[in-house]
Amino acid sequence: MARLTSRSPRWWRGVVGVLAGLYFLVPMAASILFTVNVPGQGFSLSAYTGILSASGFGQSLLLSLELAAATIVVVLGLLVPAVLAVRLSAPKLRPVLEIVCSLPLVIPSVALVAGYSDVLQWGPQYLSRTPLFETFVAVQNPGFPVVLVLGYSVMALPLAYRALDAGMRAVNVRTLMEAARSCGASRWRAVFQAVLPNLRGALLNAAFLTLALVLGEYTMGNLLGFRTFAVWIVAIGGEQAQLSVAVSVLSLLITWALLLVLAFAGRARSRTSRRSAVSVAPALIPQESA
Amino acid sequence: MTVEFRSLHKAFGATKALDGLDLTAHQGELLALLGPSGCGKTTALRMLAGFEHPDSGQILVDGEDISGIPAHRRDAGMVFQSYSLFPHLSAAENVAFGLRMRKVGAAERRKRAAELLSLVGLPQHADRYPHQMSGGQQQRVALARALAMRPKVLLLDEPLSALDAKVRVTLREEIRRLQQELRITTVFVTHDQEEALSTADRVAVMRDGRLEQCASPAELYDSPATAFVAEFVGTMNRLPGRVAADGTVQVLGQRLPVRGGAHATGTVDVLVRPEAVEVHADEHGAARIMAAAFHGAVTRVTVALPDGTSVKVDVSSHRAGGLAAGAAATVRLPERPVLVDPVAGGAGSASAALAGSVSGQGAEGGLAG
Ligand SMILES: Nc1ncnc2c1ncn2[C@@H]1O[C@H](COP(=O)(O)OP(=O)(O)O)[C@@H](O)[C@H]1O
Ligand SMILES: [Mg+2]
Repeated sequence: MARLTSRSPRWWRGVVGVLAGLYFLVPMAASILFTVNVPGQGFSLSAYTGILSASGFGQSLLLSLELAAATIVVVLGLLVPAVLAVRLSAPKLRPVLEIVCSLPLVIPSVALVAGYSDVLQWGPQYLSRTPLFETFVAVQNPGFPVVLVLGYSVMALPLAYRALDAGMRAVNVRTLMEAARSCGASRWRAVFQAVLPNLRGALLNAAFLTLALVLGEYTMGNLLGFRTFAVWIVAIGGEQAQLSVAVSVLSLLITWALLLVLAFAGRARSRTSRRSAVSVAPALIPQESA
Repeated sequence: MTVEFRSLHKAFGATKALDGLDLTAHQGELLALLGPSGCGKTTALRMLAGFEHPDSGQILVDGEDISGIPAHRRDAGMVFQSYSLFPHLSAAENVAFGLRMRKVGAAERRKRAAELLSLVGLPQHADRYPHQMSGGQQQRVALARALAMRPKVLLLDEPLSALDAKVRVTLREEIRRLQQELRITTVFVTHDQEEALSTADRVAVMRDGRLEQCASPAELYDSPATAFVAEFVGTMNRLPGRVAADGTVQVLGQRLPVRGGAHATGTVDVLVRPEAVEVHADEHGAARIMAAAFHGAVTRVTVALPDGTSVKVDVSSHRAGGLAAGAAATVRLPERPVLVDPVAGGAGSASAALAGSVSGQGAEGGLAG
């Protein structure tokens, strides 16, 4: 973050800040106004109180949170070892990893879902007499659809990879590793006690992005027929317009709150990673509906 | 602890990083590995630390082959060229890291970390984080961290190269003081000949993955074994000469014996140090003073010979009065054996090309030696 001490007047920054702020705040303010202003009655919080009693709210939110947690575990579990291996022992494979992790960006999620649903349909037919049949049933368990975790993991790869890669660039992983090894740390201890603590910011960023993606994802959950939070919002919106906007506003606040909790949880344990402070990108605002 | 490299070979693809390195570091000495960039110094050191493995050859520590021992059990403290402190730990925690790996108790760790930080002159910096310290301070902490586990051998890979000149000199003196105090066998990699000559007990000059010469600084400077060493350590003049059939060399109109004996007759370059050349103002002299640069106690005079060769001569400054630019002069060599380097053939021209690139770097070193 090089400080550009240019002589150009400061007011430019103010103008840009205000414009950007307006761009984000005006729609939000309009949404909030719409939800609390009931025609003929004036100010009322009935839309918000209605949410809590609406059927499926808690259930779908909980499901999405569980899915997000599982996805974060899967994505980090896959990517952290891969990125470290590419840094430490196989730098030639780095372009391969980069391409693999970027592929989901060029495949629209609709196409991805079409593939998934095809497989989910023909799979059981062909495998009906094998134990794999049970697997197909299990991954589609509506209580905790593992298939969504798999799909979300693929979709989160590009975001998480960028976040991790940026973090690795900021520290010299190889030197840290070797310094730890020469201090008598085995390979594992070197990774866990010398390298990963310095990637805390990057790990948090990757987790953030994944969380926001899962909470806002609609296409896959809907097309495969599961009741995730985003699916529930759209469903409820078809019935009551005001309630649906209220839910959107609420989901935005919930996402922000979760991000803040994650950020503080990470910050509290790392007194030093101020420099690698987590930046919450605007991309985090969930994509409400398709 | 004695460390012995035995005909180490290591290739990275087509690059031969080490090509049969043989070298021994004795108990308690500071051995400098000196050589131009890319000659394999770091590779040799990393092999001793356990981060690289030789294609062939052995590394013996106190007579035992250590190739099967993983890096974290080698008992070697290392200071790296780049800053390598753990950014998430304070100075004291960095120093105590190795002790934590060895499951030493917290109180004992704290005590030892404080001890080492004061040993490297940073007793008040225990709670600073790496990003709150200067480069020199970081390398001091890295040194303390490497020494904390009382390693049998200390490995330094150009630890001073990222620091500015003044810090570099103080820190290298401090490293030397600590090394002598602790009597720890130390291998110090550097490409700076002045650094090597001024700190080491012995200096090993490397070239293209092989040992060129290993000797004390004085011996290296006074009687280099090869033309490469002669030119890499300190400054060297190359004067055109001719070896006669009787084994003497004809240079500057004088006839001098050849050190080590002449291996061939014909045209050669005679290698002489600037302080070993004599120059006198002489209005009938054929040589001409081109420049005189004041360096304190000595003045370096550049003299052009009639054939165009330029010679660097160091004269003590109080005698440099008559040697202004443009003056005529005579140049002669003392009656001592000289080192010669054959000119003809690939090897000769290659090292002659090298001479040009090295002499600039040697400029300060010539005065130090
Ligand atoms: N990991 C590596 N991969 C490929 N080439 C390497 C590697 N390490 C060193 N080399 C090559 O080996 C040679 C010696 O390197 P090094 O030991 O680092 O030299 P020095 O430390 O003397 O400058 C150089 O040509 C370098 O490019
Ligand atoms: Mg090196």
